[in-house]
Amino acid sequence: MTSTYTALPRLMSLMTGDEKHGPAATSTLDALWVLYDRVLRVSPETADDPGRDRFLLSKGHGPMAYYAVLAAKGFFADSLLPGFGSYDSPLGHHPDRVLVPGAEISSGSLGHGLPLGVGTALGLRAQGLDGSGGGGGPAVWVLIGDAELDEGSNHEAIAYAGAAGLERLHTLVVDNASATYARPGGIAARFEAAGWSTATVDGRDHDALYEAFTAPHPGRPRAVVARVEAKGS
Amino acid sequence: MRERFAATVSRLLDDDPRLAVVLAEIGKDGFADARRAHPDRVINVGIREQLLVGVGGGLALTGMRPILHTFASFLVERPFEQVKLDFGHQGVGGVLVSAAGSYDWPAGGLTHMAPGDVALMDTLDGWTVHVPGHPDEAEALLRDAAAAGDDSVYVRLSAHTNAAPRAIAPGRFLTVREGRGGVVVAVGPMLDGVLSAVEGLDVTVLYATTVRPFDGRALRAATGAQPSGAEVVLVEPYLAGTSTAAANDALADVPHRVLGLGIARHELRRYGTIEEHLAGQGLDPVSLRERVTGFLRPHTA
Repeated sequence: MTSTYTALPRLMSLMTGDEKHGPAATSTLDALWVLYDRVLRVSPETADDPGRDRFLLSKGHGPMAYYAVLAAKGFFADSLLPGFGSYDSPLGHHPDRVLVPGAEISSGSLGHGLPLGVGTALGLRAQGLDGSGGGGGPAVWVLIGDAELDEGSNHEAIAYAGAAGLERLHTLVVDNASATYARPGGIAARFEAAGWSTATVDGRDHDALYEAFTAPHPGRPRAVVARVEAKGS
Repeated sequence: MRERFAATVSRLLDDDPRLAVVLAEIGKDGFADARRAHPDRVINVGIREQLLVGVGGGLALTGMRPILHTFASFLVERPFEQVKLDFGHQGVGGVLVSAAGSYDWPAGGLTHMAPGDVALMDTLDGWTVHVPGHPDEAEALLRDAAAAGDDSVYVRLSAHTNAAPRAIAPGRFLTVREGRGGVVVAVGPMLDGVLSAVEGLDVTVLYATTVRPFDGRALRAATGAQPSGAEVVLVEPYLAGTSTAAANDALADVPHRVLGLGIARHELRRYGTIEEHLAGQGLDPVSLRERVTGFLRPHTA
């Protein structure tokens, strides 16, 4: 049984215990919803298909919006949500792919998702699943935060993916201005310098997000920076 | 062994579409032909070791079997959080193959030495660790690792080799000689030096090219045959004492004494040849003989 966008706040409210990361969770809510509702070709029925789109939550802290979206899309029952963080629950304060139905990676330590995403895109390409025969193969989406972008491991991935022209790789940067140090030139410029196609949009505008997520970008990986209100504002 | 690694894995790439090699510049020349034949399965990420390991994990997530290679210090130590989180924590496995080890390039100094690599891997669950002592053994163990389903395997190659290969079976110690006055376990490249050191001594020598899982059964069988009880000397080409706990655990049911020899923690800061470096570590045959006879108690034959 699936739910709509309006159900998400109620679903999120069922998960208590990680309030410190509440803002981190709500920052991702709209972008996650547009991805799962209108863009990603994956469902509970196709969760093991080699040809499915992959979504990797690299920003693993504050996963409540992610869990709410997965529940809303039927990857697991709503009834799991109140157990969030309890001993026997599959829903930890950081997602574990071995426990959470629909989770492609385990995360929590920042900076791991993009390299894993690069490897995922390379693995799909090596198995002929990159749509090089036409028709577009599975997409790989990685969600990172603006502060997470401090981690150097991201930049190894960004540089290599640009040089390798990993067209099926997409990065969604949710920017709630959490980083302590400014990035001269902004976030998108870092990706552009590495050869990526980029867009910067309002992270609460579903139509703008959808346009940015689905714009063609032949021969280059794609980064979408979704700006939301600053954390703590 | 690095040449044998490149040749062997290049052939394996032809036969097994699941395999992919990931490099970080080091060793890429050996895979130039393989890269032309299999451009999507020989991946050089540049000098980016965190990415090297993350890419390995990502490949494994898509069902491939990644073989990651660079020097031990850069493969295991530098990106150790990636080894910890991008494989086992994801529930996937792969093959890590290192070169340079502890003293392959003594003039290179500590930055290119990883005597602590096996001990670091010991903090993780489920990793098989092979330490071949000869290129033929390296080939056999690499083939075994590549074919080992989704297991996590670390293969530690070295420029230090024994003169001749032995008929090793992956996972098992090999009894090279038998005696009644103690058991010496020689790991990988240490074998020839150990055999030289114990010439004329009444000891059993076990040869280990797989150290994890540790062949406790073989150790118990060897020590059980000793009239004076379990006395064991481990001679390892990496940090001294790395396998002392494993030997202790294997002998938990009997009184036992274990001496763990290997590379010292203290940085030697000396260059020269492998032989000179080993002598500086007290691991040359003369020093080994002194240390072994100093440890083993005299017994009546």
